[in-house]
Amino acid sequence: MTAPLVKPKKKNPVERTRLSTRPPVPRSRSAQGLTRAAAEGSFELQVCAECSTVQYPPREVCGNCLSAHLQWKPVDNRGQLIATTTLRHSNDLYFRERLPWRVGTVKMAAGPVVVAHVHEDCVADGPVRLTLKLDRSGQAVLHALPEKDTPNMSDAAQLRESTCDPKFRRVLVTDGKSAMGLAVAKAMLDAGANAVFLGDPTSWKANAAFDRLATDPRVQVVELDVTDTDSVDRLAASIGGKVEILVNTASYLRDGGILGRKDVILARDAMEVNVLGLMRLAQAFGPGMCFRAADGSNNAVAWVNILSIHAFAALPARGAWSASMAAALSAAQTLRAELSGAGVRVLNVFPGPIDEEWEQLTPPPKLAPAAIAKAIVKGLQDGIEDAYVGDIAEEIRERLRENHKAVERELGQ
Amino acid sequence: MSNPILAQFMNELLSGRLKLVDLTQTLAPEFPTIVLPPEFGQAWPFRIEEISHYDERGPAWYWNNFSMSEHTGTHFDAPAHWVSGKDQPDNTVDSIPAENFIATACVIDVSAESAENPDFLLTIDYVKAWEEKHGRIPERAWVLLRTDWSKRTTPKEYLNMAEDGAHSPGPDAEVVPWLIRERNVHGFGTESVGTDAGQAHHLNPPYPCHYYMHGNNRYGLQCLTNLDQLPPQGTLIFAAPLKIRKGSGSPLRVLALAPSA
Ligand SMILES: [Zn+2]
Repeated sequence: MTAPLVKPKKKNPVERTRLSTRPPVPRSRSAQGLTRAAAEGSFELQVCAECSTVQYPPREVCGNCLSAHLQWKPVDNRGQLIATTTLRHSNDLYFRERLPWRVGTVKMAAGPVVVAHVHEDCVADGPVRLTLKLDRSGQAVLHALPEKDTPNMSDAAQLRESTCDPKFRRVLVTDGKSAMGLAVAKAMLDAGANAVFLGDPTSWKANAAFDRLATDPRVQVVELDVTDTDSVDRLAASIGGKVEILVNTASYLRDGGILGRKDVILARDAMEVNVLGLMRLAQAFGPGMCFRAADGSNNAVAWVNILSIHAFAALPARGAWSASMAAALSAAQTLRAELSGAGVRVLNVFPGPIDEEWEQLTPPPKLAPAAIAKAIVKGLQDGIEDAYVGDIAEEIRERLRENHKAVERELGQ
Repeated sequence: MSNPILAQFMNELLSGRLKLVDLTQTLAPEFPTIVLPPEFGQAWPFRIEEISHYDERGPAWYWNNFSMSEHTGTHFDAPAHWVSGKDQPDNTVDSIPAENFIATACVIDVSAESAENPDFLLTIDYVKAWEEKHGRIPERAWVLLRTDWSKRTTPKEYLNMAEDGAHSPGPDAEVVPWLIRERNVHGFGTESVGTDAGQAHHLNPPYPCHYYMHGNNRYGLQCLTNLDQLPPQGTLIFAAPLKIRKGSGSPLRVLALAPSA
C-alpha cells in the first residue's frame, strides 16, 4: 500500500536544487488525440467506424480492416495486468532520478494490449483501471491504477509525476479579496495546501470574509496588485521561491460592447488586469517556479488561469471583456509552451457565468465561485490542462465544435 | 540690466533666510488615488514600467514609461474639472494664464481637530477666529488646509474608508463661497485625496469646494505634504500644472517659499 505523503521538511539551503528534466517526447501527430483527451481528463482511444476495433497505439488506418475512418471516443478503461516489471536502471535523465519505476502490460477489456505506468498498489495479474495522464513533458501517458481506490493512492510518487495535487504545497492566490479568490483559497486549504499566500490588491478596503480567512495560521496576506509591475516584482522577490501553485484570480469584468462607448478605458483596464496582469505575474513568478519544478515532493507544479468560455466566443454584451479573455487565453497558451520545458503545468479554467457582483443581471444558471474552486482543485489533482466548468461552458464548447458560426450569431443577439 | 529684487531674492534663498519647501508627494504606484463607486470611470493610479536600465534594452541609459490620470498624486484641479466651471474662460491647464501659477498662501492648521474628528469641516467662524490670530487672508491667496493627513502613510489610513465611504476633513458648504466672495481667494488646497471632505457628497451642494471654487474660476490643489513646515501667513507658492491640451488638471511639483524663522 502507498505510504502516505509526509509534510515535506524545510529545504536544506546549502544543497544543490534538483533541476528539472523531462521525460522523452517522441510523439506522432495521431498520438496528439491522446494528448487532447488527457488534457481534458477523459479516457479516449481511436475506434474504427467500419469494424468498431479499438486502436492502440494511435494510428492512421485501422489495424484490423485498414479503414482510415478512425474516431476518438470514450472507451471502457478496464483491463487486466498481464505482466509488470520494476525498472531499476535507466539511461534517461528523467527516469534515472525517479527510479524505481513500475511499468507493465495491460490487456484492455476494449481489446488492445497496452504498455502503461503501473501504480504501486496494483496487484500482479489483477484487474486495473487505465487512465490517461499528462507527463511532465505534457505528453499523454497511460497509468494503470488499482481497480478500486486504495488509501493514499494519490500520494504515490509515480502518479504525482502526472498530477499537481495541492496537498502539502504552497499556493499563491493573486486576488484573495474577490469572491473567487476567497473560494479558491478555502478550497486549497481544504485540499491540504501547506500555505496560502492571499493577495490583497486593495489594502484600504475592508472585507470581513478576507479578514476571517486571514486568521488561519496557514494563510499569509500579501499585498499584490497585478496592474503594478513594481508590486508584482516586490512580491516575487519575497515569496517567489515558495510558490508551488499559482492561481490567478485577479479579474476585471464590466458590461459593455465596443460601439456603446466613446473611449477604450474600460477595455484597457480589462487588458491591464486580465492580460498584462497575467504577463507580469508570469515574468515575475515563472522563472522561480521553473527552477523549483523538480525540487522534492513539494516541487513547483502548476499555474492556474481562471478564464471564461467566452475566451473562445465573444459575448458582445461584454465585448471589451471578451476581447481581454481571448487575449488572456492566447497569453496562457504561450505561457504553457514556455513553462513546459521545466514541466510546470498550466491549467486553464473556462467557466460559464459566475454568481458574483459584476454578473448581477446575468440570468441563472450561474456558477458559485466555490464550484469553480472545486473544479480547480480536482483539475490539479487529476493533472489536467483544460477544465470547462458548468453546463453553459460545456454547452458552448460542444456547439462550437458543431457550428461555431451558429454560436457567434446567437451570442450576438 | 539685472533686477535688484530678483538678485536680492536669490541672496535670501542662498543665505537660507528664505527656505524652499517641497509640498509634493512622491509619485509611486502604491500612492492612493481617489476611489469612486466602482460603476463610475476610475482615475488611473500611477504606473511605471522600465524602458531600459543600462541593460540589453538600452546599454547606457535608464528611463521609464509611466501612466496616470490628471488627478493622481499631488495635483492641480483646473476649473473645467467640475461641471460648474465648464463655461469659465481659460478654464483648462493649457489656457490658465501663467501668472496664476504663483500666488501667496495662508495655511490654516486644523491638524488637532482632524486628529480628533476625521470628518472635521472648516467653517466661516473658524476662519474668522484664525484671522483674529494671524491676520486677514490677503486677496488672491491660496488657502491651504493643514490636516496632517499626509502623515497617514498607508493607503488604508489615508483613504480612511468605512462602509459609508471615505472620512477625511475639508471645508463646509458655507465657507467656500465666503472665501471667494469676501476674501477673493485664489484656490483651496488640501493634504487629503480631494479638496472636499471625504463625506462631502452629503453636503449641499455636494462637493462644495469643487462646485464653488471651479464655478468661480478658482483652482484646487490636493495630496499636498509638508504643510506643517509653513507659517500661517507669508508663504509664496509656485504651482504650475503640465500644459495638457484641454486638461482638467495635472500632477505637478508644488514648491513653497517661506521665511526660515
Ligand atoms: Zn476497422
